[in-house]
Amino acid sequence: MSLLANLRQGRHGYLLSAPALILYFALLIVPLALTFVLSFNVFDYGTGIQANAYTTEHYRSLLSDPYFYEIFLRTLWISALTTLLCVLIGVPEAYILSRMGTPWRSIFLILILTPLLISVVVRAFGWSLLLGADGLVNQVLQALGGSPMKLLYTPFAVVIALVHVMLPFMIIPVWTSLQKLDPAAEHAALSLGASHFTVMRQVILPQVMPGVLSGTLIVFGLAASSFAIPGLLGGRRLKMVATLIYDQYLSELNWPMGAAIAVALLLLNLAIMLSWNRMIEGRYKKSLG
Amino acid sequence: MSRNGPFALLFHALVVLFMLAPLAVVCLVAFTPENTLSLPTTHFSLRWFEAVFERADFIDAFYNSLILAFCAASLATLIAVPAALAITRHEFPGKGFFNGLFLSPIIIPHLVLGVALLRLFALMGVNGSFGWLIFAHVLVITPYVLRLVLASAIGLDRSAEHAAQSLGAGRFTLFRQITLPMILPGVAGGWLLAFINSFDEVTLSIFVTSPATQTLPVRMYVYATESIDPMMAAVSALVIALTAVTMILLDRVYGLDRVLVGKQ
Repeated sequence: MSLLANLRQGRHGYLLSAPALILYFALLIVPLALTFVLSFNVFDYGTGIQANAYTTEHYRSLLSDPYFYEIFLRTLWISALTTLLCVLIGVPEAYILSRMGTPWRSIFLILILTPLLISVVVRAFGWSLLLGADGLVNQVLQALGGSPMKLLYTPFAVVIALVHVMLPFMIIPVWTSLQKLDPAAEHAALSLGASHFTVMRQVILPQVMPGVLSGTLIVFGLAASSFAIPGLLGGRRLKMVATLIYDQYLSELNWPMGAAIAVALLLLNLAIMLSWNRMIEGRYKKSLG
Repeated sequence: MSRNGPFALLFHALVVLFMLAPLAVVCLVAFTPENTLSLPTTHFSLRWFEAVFERADFIDAFYNSLILAFCAASLATLIAVPAALAITRHEFPGKGFFNGLFLSPIIIPHLVLGVALLRLFALMGVNGSFGWLIFAHVLVITPYVLRLVLASAIGLDRSAEHAAQSLGAGRFTLFRQITLPMILPGVAGGWLLAFINSFDEVTLSIFVTSPATQTLPVRMYVYATESIDPMMAAVSALVIALTAVTMILLDRVYGLDRVLVGKQ
């Protein structure tokens, strides 16, 4: 069939998706394109954005200014550490959940995953209550004879709260791949004399790896662009990329610089997602023959 | 199925404690009779809840959020349902691309969407307008409705539709009487999930709201960066309660475990 005939035959499909298409064109594609253009506009603190003058200066200072450099590096290590902790906590937890009996399994699954639906501002506030100078954690430390520590407005507070927010995003994909696991394989390995550790390493882990990897991807991407957590728990000095963009837009009013950082963040996110995706596909094609 | 050992259960208890501790602390501190952020020790007091209801800025922000979430979730549903039907039951060039495009706001950071929409709205001279704020929210919550409606529309038995069609039912009757009832759990679940997500959204909203259109999460964020007192805990406890009610509804119409971890 020719393309024209295909198009004609699909007209109901186009008609039904037209409202969504208009919305996404007007409010997604156009604004992203405008922001990309904006990131090349010349900016002057006296007169503002120069509409018809273009420069690559913002991208160059992004690469050369140690201030930006440091914030990008901090964002990377905080997101990487958050992701690692989510793997170390989320994978065993999903496995434990999957081995629970019937009422408990769904009760705990919902209990652990529903914080996902509660506003991130509320959760950040909860952590600032726990980690504050006279918060619960410090009170417990003092009761145990320790001295109070400065926890709030440190990278530690940001990482802890990010793990709390991101953990469900790790547990969900791991849980999903555990559901596809055939318990017979585990029993077969055990009855052939394999130890629990061997079963874990040789039978279970390889099969949940796709879930772990897609969880890693989501967690890293969300952590690297998180805004409210570093904004509320990092304080004014501990900037991450998202809070840096916020400052450029709303305090410095240097929109082109902010746009350049936002474009860099988006590209970095997409690059990590795509390369990771390709790596996983390659690896699984190989290992599954 | 083998059972969990004592170490596994201890680990599990710690994870549950970790997940619930910040929420529990917020709810307890909200009832403190003191002026400081402390746990109530002698008795519970409602004074900070009363303080919330005297703050006109928080009340206005709450109504803004409620109206916004209601309108945005409804519009998103009106947009996502036809799109989901187009994707599941029509063949047309570009279908795969449409599907990817419609789900993409999930993987694009809200912050990037926020600054991009700020630029667009500033150029149009409509920044801070409530109407455009609704459309900005529709963009970020449509994927959630789309996903749930897609899940319920895929693999639907179409014999009832064919029967109705051969009996002469019109397109609209067919949709209202046959298709919609069958995908209703997905539509209602999608609406509620979209409502929660719109009500909670802060990162995008902070860029495209003005003081008059400030939403509750934005008001709370700004308030928390300036000062923290037990009133913030009372507002948070109210938000948790409202979310819990919506979650119970979501569980009734669609099943919370299906929303969170997919079909079982």
